[in-house]
Amino acid sequence: MTSEDLLFSLSWVQPELLLAGFVLLGTLVGALFGARSTRLLNVVATAALFAAGVMALMHRPEAPQDIFAGAMSIDAFGAFAKAVIAFAAAATLLLGAEHFHRLQDQQFEFPLITVTAVLGMFVMVSANDLIALYVGVELQSLAAYVLAAWRRDDARSSEAGLKYFVLGALSSGLLLFGCSYVYGFSGSVQFDTIAAAAVEPGVGLMFGLVMVLAGLAFKMGAAPFHMWTPDVYEGAPTPVAALFAAAPKVAAVVLMARMLYEPFAGMEHEWRQVIAVLAGASMLVGAFAGLVQTNLKRLMAYSSIANMGFVLMALAAGSPEGAQAALIYIAVYLPATIGVFAVMMALRHQGQAIETIGDLAGIGQRHVGFAALLTILFFSLAGIPPLAGFWGKFEAFRASLGAGLVPLAVVGAIAAVVAAGYYLRVLATVWFSPSAPSDVRPSSGVSAVLAVVGAALCFPLLLVFMAGLEHAADAAVRASF
Amino acid sequence: MMIEAILVLAPLAGAFVAGVFQKVLGDRLAMGITTALVGLSAILSLLVFIDLIWGGGAPRTIELMRFIEIGAFQSSWSVRVDTLSAVMLVVVTSVAFLVHVYSIGYMAEDPHRARFFSYLSFFTFAMLSLVTANDLLQMFFGWEGVGVASYLLIGFWYQKRTANDAAIKAFVTNRVGDFGFALGIMATFHFLGTIQFFPTEAGDVALFSAEVGGRLVDGVLHNLSHMSLMVGQWSIPAAELTAILLFIGAMGKSAQFFLHVWLPDAMEGPTPVSALIHAATMVTAGVVMICRMSELFEMAPNAAAFVTLIGAVTAIFAATVGLAQNDIKRVIAYSTCSQLGYMVFAAGVGAYDAAMFHLFTHAFFKALLFLGAGSVIHGLHHEQDMRYMGGVRRAMQFTWAMMLIGTLALIGAGLPIEGLKIGFAGFYSKDAAIEAAYAAGEGGRAFGMFAFWIGVAAAFLTSFYSWRLMFMTFEGTFRPNPHPSHGHEDVRPGAASDADLGHGADQHGAHGVDHTPSDAGPAGGSGHGRDHRTGGGDGEGRAAPAGTAPAHESPWVMLGPLAVLAVGAVFAGWFFYPYFIGYKADAFWEGAIHRHHADHHFPIWVLWAPVAVTAAGFLLASVFYLLTKGMAERIARAAGPLNAFLAQKWYFDELYDAVFVKGARALGDLFWKGGDQKLIDGLGPNGVAKAARFGGRQLRRAQTGFLYHYSFLMLAAAVLLGAFAIWAGGGLELLGG
Repeated sequence: MTSEDLLFSLSWVQPELLLAGFVLLGTLVGALFGARSTRLLNVVATAALFAAGVMALMHRPEAPQDIFAGAMSIDAFGAFAKAVIAFAAAATLLLGAEHFHRLQDQQFEFPLITVTAVLGMFVMVSANDLIALYVGVELQSLAAYVLAAWRRDDARSSEAGLKYFVLGALSSGLLLFGCSYVYGFSGSVQFDTIAAAAVEPGVGLMFGLVMVLAGLAFKMGAAPFHMWTPDVYEGAPTPVAALFAAAPKVAAVVLMARMLYEPFAGMEHEWRQVIAVLAGASMLVGAFAGLVQTNLKRLMAYSSIANMGFVLMALAAGSPEGAQAALIYIAVYLPATIGVFAVMMALRHQGQAIETIGDLAGIGQRHVGFAALLTILFFSLAGIPPLAGFWGKFEAFRASLGAGLVPLAVVGAIAAVVAAGYYLRVLATVWFSPSAPSDVRPSSGVSAVLAVVGAALCFPLLLVFMAGLEHAADAAVRASF
Repeated sequence: MMIEAILVLAPLAGAFVAGVFQKVLGDRLAMGITTALVGLSAILSLLVFIDLIWGGGAPRTIELMRFIEIGAFQSSWSVRVDTLSAVMLVVVTSVAFLVHVYSIGYMAEDPHRARFFSYLSFFTFAMLSLVTANDLLQMFFGWEGVGVASYLLIGFWYQKRTANDAAIKAFVTNRVGDFGFALGIMATFHFLGTIQFFPTEAGDVALFSAEVGGRLVDGVLHNLSHMSLMVGQWSIPAAELTAILLFIGAMGKSAQFFLHVWLPDAMEGPTPVSALIHAATMVTAGVVMICRMSELFEMAPNAAAFVTLIGAVTAIFAATVGLAQNDIKRVIAYSTCSQLGYMVFAAGVGAYDAAMFHLFTHAFFKALLFLGAGSVIHGLHHEQDMRYMGGVRRAMQFTWAMMLIGTLALIGAGLPIEGLKIGFAGFYSKDAAIEAAYAAGEGGRAFGMFAFWIGVAAAFLTSFYSWRLMFMTFEGTFRPNPHPSHGHEDVRPGAASDADLGHGADQHGAHGVDHTPSDAGPAGGSGHGRDHRTGGGDGEGRAAPAGTAPAHESPWVMLGPLAVLAVGAVFAGWFFYPYFIGYKADAFWEGAIHRHHADHHFPIWVLWAPVAVTAAGFLLASVFYLLTKGMAERIARAAGPLNAFLAQKWYFDELYDAVFVKGARALGDLFWKGGDQKLIDGLGPNGVAKAARFGGRQLRRAQTGFLYHYSFLMLAAAVLLGAFAIWAGGGLELLGG
């Protein structure tokens, strides 16, 4: 690689460079000033994430640009995803900063590790060969393991971190195993070369792809690789759970879409069945298991599983419309999810973020504002028009029906109805349960603001935003595939 | 144009003003305004009638407003002025005006007079829009409007449970008929594409022919004769079907057999309401509708036969029940029902003119009887049970005289001598109906002769129960009510305490059921000791001479309307006989209804038969109730089951309760408990929810929290997924290749 190539490549990864630079400098600052610098680092990290997102959006190529000798590829699709990831991560970072500030548990590593995870996600999004893919996934995952076990003195948090790590290692093993198969049967780690080999599908390539998909399904928390999600969400600190529910999902979805639509486009017929199975299983597990949950974080975990099922249903279409629908779905899913977590953190019970559905009893009488926010957010998650969640589901169903996946759409419809059951159950508790004499107190901090923003974004802001989103997603997909 | 619009709208304005501004206006002003506006309407109606009959006015249709235009479906709000509607205008507005005046006295103690008068005026408006309709839809509007007004007025004393029940019963029973009417309208439109009666413009498609702008526009009704509705193998003649459906509507409104059950119960309403709605006007709407559609019924002989049959059965059925009733208003109510039967069978045999004539005279004398009964009830402090009356004549001479005139008119007293026909109003019209039935029977019309004999028999019964009423009420000695509570109407605030409500209701049931008529009563029982309510009026609470009723004559504001109606009851038949059915009839009707022109000569016995049986009824009633004390009671006891059968109105209420009320409830229970709860809820919402929760619990059990479970599942899933992919992707062949 010539220095000219290197400079050209570096010019396309400015967001990543920004984040990496922040992490390095921040580590230095933290090492020098310790916990006192936490506040500053939180602010700068949020700004850096925001800036990285904006930069990715502003500086996106017309046509895909292969950089670092084809290891990565920069395109509009990735730029769009990076912006979404960065904004979501910035929001959860703010939540975390407030959360740990309240707990008097200020550690300057939190913003640094969060940003490191985002860096990993950026690499995942732009990966154009198996090595970059694995590096991105691992960078993101290792940072996530640490975040999950953030409260080292808390048994549940430690358990969550350990579980996540062990199972994550297993999934990474599956991923690597699959990568080796793909390399072995195609002769290359480069996506373009694999694509050429995949024109003539073989059992080896197929098996490798399935293992890679299994690894990625674990990262996105799709059934039947979802088992870690409820346990880790419940054990991890609430802002970390919010982060897990948001940004990494986007990265994993984009990476999976890229795998399926670029190197393995020729094997669409083969992988569609697999994705359909993953989608159906995720939707059903997420919908039915969520019904019996009493813990809000576990409920949100199953909600995320079900929602990943809908994203996979869109991807199973195998058409540009499918990728576009997946992108729109995830974009409208994020504000609602982060909003719910923000409300959970804004309503505090003995100084802690509330955890169980029962804690919400009587909120409708005492804190109408938060009750209204929750109503909007859960309605959006349930897919009730005219909220954004409806349009996300609408696009997903349209894509899968357009591809003739009628049975999958039927399963999706059933799952949507069942899932609406548990969203509405929460709202029933909020509005109709007798107000128990509890000391749930609302706070008016960053979390409250973010809850309002999340709820506001659930209104297809207001269709103008939707039109813009659809246009952006459309453009991104068209420019990339 | 203006006159017709005003005469229809004036009562509506009165109802609106009195109803909405009752608090502002106060009772007196509200009563004054509504009465004056209905009076105005009555004067204008009379002008229209006079102009049409003697002034050379032509039948016409004034369109006030287009109502609905959807493709071929046209409906407008119009005022149709022809002889049929003009007769009804006069009847409705004049009786309504008199009832308004009468109510000023009768309702004097009621705290909700403004509301009452608002309802009365609203009823008048609805009835006027019914009779002036130029299409079936407006008629239906008026039809439903009078139904609503009837409901409101029957249940006017809403504190009284029986009144509410009666109101609901009237409404629900009428729904059955209204459904038939609505289907009839739909059938008309389906077959003919129009529901308009008379054309108003040259291009109009209407049912009947009329001149528009000097040119005759043909009606399309005659097309119906060669249409039919195919139901599988069956071919139903369109004319018969439409006529039957419309007649079902008429059966409900005009309280014909099967759908009559609401009318006696409707007596729970204040007596002026009974006079206006349940005697003179609303209940005749069915007859008006049949006459309006007379051309249709002429095209449908089977439907007409059905009409005759139902009318005749109603006439005799209601008359028999009337024999055994003790409530003065119920006797008159069954009499009304019976007379409606006369009108309907007259229409059924094709004598629409006779039907309308009887309707016209009946309005006068039946309103007179009701208002007279109201005067008695008023004078006796709201006692309605005839067993606790007697000897009232001396205290209420004027009322007695009026009731006597009404009774003579009802039974049709008169001399049917050729060329010297003279008698009370009912004599002309009822005999016309009976003779028409005879003529139709001679002419071979189905059920004609049956209707004739029924008509004669019912005339006998009519005479008997009418005189029974007169004798029990006015003659003999007063029989005080042994029960401390008063009768049905005694629930007004100020006249009775709430504690009386339940008691009155109990007694209501007891009157008809358990007690055998004790007509003789405790003769000369203690004349004093009747517990008079101070709210009763003039405070006549002192002990009366033995045997004399402690009654008082009603005020003149109530007696005045009686006098006016009495004039009608005496002279309306004699004066209008030539116009309605006599030699001037063709000029009078001007084609508004279908008329048969066969000139009949009746055997002398046909003419004398009704008069003879009427005289027989009078004599028998005299023997039973006037001359021999206690005889009626003995006979009633001897014929126990028969008496109970009649007193219980042929057990129709019980039958309907068993079949429809209990049946509907059982059916509902079946669908609710078996169908909905077990089947739909069980397999549907509840079952699915149960299954979903079960599935959720199973999934939760899989979520053990153990790492080795999770990792095993992941690996197993990965392997299975790989296997599935190879199988689904046709990988087995690839393996082979």
